[in-house]
Amino acid sequence: MILDLALNFAFVCFGLGLLLNLYRLFTAPGVPDRILALDTMVINVIAIVMLFGIKLGTGMFFEIALLFAMTGFISTVAFCKFLLRGDIIE
Amino acid sequence: MLLIAEYLIAALLVIGGIFAVIGSFGLLKLRDTMQRLHAPTKATTVGVGSALIASMAYFWLFQGVISWHELLITLFLLLTAPITANFLAKAQMHLAIAEKDLPPSGVGTQWATYDEELRTVAPTLEDQPKS
Repeated sequence: MILDLALNFAFVCFGLGLLLNLYRLFTAPGVPDRILALDTMVINVIAIVMLFGIKLGTGMFFEIALLFAMTGFISTVAFCKFLLRGDIIE
Repeated sequence: MLLIAEYLIAALLVIGGIFAVIGSFGLLKLRDTMQRLHAPTKATTVGVGSALIASMAYFWLFQGVISWHELLITLFLLLTAPITANFLAKAQMHLAIAEKDLPPSGVGTQWATYDEELRTVAPTLEDQPKS
């Protein structure tokens, strides 16, 4: 009962965070801000996937979240590397 | 006992959600890019961390399965958040701030990313002697 309420509250919070990040992504003043917004979006999506795992009661979502964390980190590093050097793998 | 655990998991979920909203709102609210780096990389990581711990406690107490995946994800996020923040700060330093406008580094030398030796440490194709 209270767990369902808290779960729905957390869904609303993380979804609101995702919307704020999307707004930031479109209205960012510079490229590093955009990359930061994308990185935060990835983190919020990981949390939402985990909350779906709790709601549906299956452990299948852990792998999705882990893969999402890895691809998000690597894409952020690749973006930054491209900004700094103009190339990703030198 | 189970009721206490339920309240604890609910509290963790609520705290995580509030932290996530604060982190994402700070991304909009703060003035400078260097300030904006603070909000998501700290607050959202705490938010996701508490959500993951809540998930772990839920599966442990209500389904009887101890899953270590969540701890792995939390560890991975806590390890990678400073690296991405560092990279973004470095990119911002080189892109948007002139070298003379930077604040003093406080150790007597300049910021390490502007050192000449570091700049030429990776030889490119143009540096190779032509035969």
